[in-house]
Amino acid sequence: MSILVNADTKVICQGITGSAGAFHTKGCLDYGTKMVGGVTPGKGGQKDDNGLPIFNTVTDAVTETGANATMIFVPPPFAADAILEAAEAGIEVIVAVTEGIPVADMVKAKAILKSDYPNAKMIGPNCPGVITPDACKIGIMPGYIHTPKSKASTGKAVGIISRSGTLTYEAVWQTGRHGLGQSTCVGIGGDPVRGLNYIELLAMFNDDPETDGIIMIGEIGGTDEEAAAEYIKSNVSKPVAAFIAGRTAPPGKRMGHAGAIISGGQGTAESKIAALNAAGIAVAESPADMGNAMASALGLN
Amino acid sequence: MKLHEYQARQILADAGVPVPGGIAADNAAQAKAAYEKLAADGATLAVVKAQVHAGGRGKAGGVKLVRSADEAFAAADGMMGKPLVTHQTGPEGVQVNKVLVAAGVDIAKEYYLSITLDRATSRPVMIASSEGGVEIEKVAEENPDAIIRQHIHPIAGLQGHQARTVAFKLGFTGKQIGQAVKIMMKLADLFTKLDADMVEINPLIVTPPDADNPDGKVLAIDAKVTFDDNALFRHKDLEAMNDTSETPAAEIKAHEFGLSYIKLDGNIGCLVNGAGLAMSTMDIIKLHGGEPANFLDVGGSASEEAVTEAFRIILSDSNVKGVLVNIFGGIMQCDKIARAIVAAASNVGFEVPLVVRLEGTNVEPAREIIDAAKADIPVMQVADDLTDAAKKITDAVTAAA
Repeated sequence: MSILVNADTKVICQGITGSAGAFHTKGCLDYGTKMVGGVTPGKGGQKDDNGLPIFNTVTDAVTETGANATMIFVPPPFAADAILEAAEAGIEVIVAVTEGIPVADMVKAKAILKSDYPNAKMIGPNCPGVITPDACKIGIMPGYIHTPKSKASTGKAVGIISRSGTLTYEAVWQTGRHGLGQSTCVGIGGDPVRGLNYIELLAMFNDDPETDGIIMIGEIGGTDEEAAAEYIKSNVSKPVAAFIAGRTAPPGKRMGHAGAIISGGQGTAESKIAALNAAGIAVAESPADMGNAMASALGLN
Repeated sequence: MKLHEYQARQILADAGVPVPGGIAADNAAQAKAAYEKLAADGATLAVVKAQVHAGGRGKAGGVKLVRSADEAFAAADGMMGKPLVTHQTGPEGVQVNKVLVAAGVDIAKEYYLSITLDRATSRPVMIASSEGGVEIEKVAEENPDAIIRQHIHPIAGLQGHQARTVAFKLGFTGKQIGQAVKIMMKLADLFTKLDADMVEINPLIVTPPDADNPDGKVLAIDAKVTFDDNALFRHKDLEAMNDTSETPAAEIKAHEFGLSYIKLDGNIGCLVNGAGLAMSTMDIIKLHGGEPANFLDVGGSASEEAVTEAFRIILSDSNVKGVLVNIFGGIMQCDKIARAIVAAASNVGFEVPLVVRLEGTNVEPAREIIDAAKADIPVMQVADDLTDAAKKITDAVTAAA
């Protein structure tokens, strides 16, 4: 097992004819993901370079292909609408890769998802996506660095939850070097308003029999890591290791991600690390020690 | 994107929020004329305020009370063209290019009112306090009970009963209540309509009672508005109000090339892909005893040209005594970075130690390019992993010092 996606997940790409959408559709196909089609309004009936059918609407795509997941590369002004279109069509896993969506659009989209489509699970936006190694890759991550549990020398696999893309790859690579596989890796995105957050994913990983431990990677801005620490203390039985990026980030400056900003004294790395430590979670001092911290928490060192 | 106070006041005034008279001036003579105009409208005193984006102007001498046109001239003359150093600007300060001359008003009581995004609930929240005129963070710390929070429904917007409740909680009475509610409703409307990050009135004040206003008047005295950069594409008029004179030239240049760059005070420049990894690279430099000179995220799809420009920007900072390149290729291909390093070596030139750590997509061809270029770039070292990279660059910079 795994969380969110597996070898049976049928995926479409919204924005499949754009350059990023086309490039990563091929990347996912090459990895072995069941890509079943794409959506670009006005290009319905055509096929992409891989021979995948293109539809005008997500509903058409779902009806024809049975897709149950989508990866969204639609440009920022139209991306929130694309998310809601996927939800309306009954898609369960909505991965929004697009960076730069107006916050107000996401605030509205999130409220509508919550009230009208409670079963839809949105991941992102501004995220690398989600991957279950050797089964399903939805997003832009380099697939080859991942290891499924079946091929891990320790026979163990970890779940990874992260607000950062490349830092997730770093964690994947480090866990691989420690002989650990990954059950599922989820990039929750660098924006201040996002879909699935630490707590929902911690709960899923805690319930997933394939997941032996969990790495959560946070960064400055907001208080979600503090809330997650509180949740882990009383709800998560599996070993958790953490890393928080941005100890040296100055307050009041947005560090690349729209959500990575210390404002009004809130969102500092110190506060998050203190909360995680207080919950008994091993926090790696250095970004080079994420894999090591996880291996230690699993009793492998 | 931040607005100046005079721009924020104009936006509030245009939306129907009562704001005392104020005129922006580009020089001391204009400030004098502005005072004369305000005096003709009945003002008996005014405040000359430096228009810079940084907070903490008052303590830094950027806010002066004046009682005549000549005093307004002198106050403006003392600020204009000179750097203002506040606790938010850094030691070099920011140059004052404009002042606001605002009519002084008598104040019976000060309040705080703002709307911002509450990230924990993904909803806008109105924050209000009867302790106005001071920093809200300070109130939150010292007297958290004095802060009122009212969440706003993302689609329905602020409701009248919610605004009334807040007005009552703030202690408004009589005709003040209607005035305060009207201001709150307009502020909430502005927040949504303008895709604001934050709209803040601090202080919101009540004037002493007079014959026409037995309960006093509720007015916005100082205003701050910041916008969501991601939404500026649908607010070209707001974008035109952007004053970039306070933004470091290197940051503007970086932005043109799609790079995210922030200058810091250290001496080890870093070039990284991804915001989280870029922050972590700064952190690990510090952990090994160095000080990062910048945050730089080249992003996933930067061209070779943009990466070369990134090197140029990093090396244009005279504090930089070494450069660490840390790339975990995903969409970004390592060989592209390797080629950019070679190009930068001939176009920009590396005179300080350079440590390169590459991992991920196309790392093998990238290593070949780097190996082949080693002889031509004697300052370059290759690192195996993140720790090795941080050690090598901090050692090299220490050794060179």
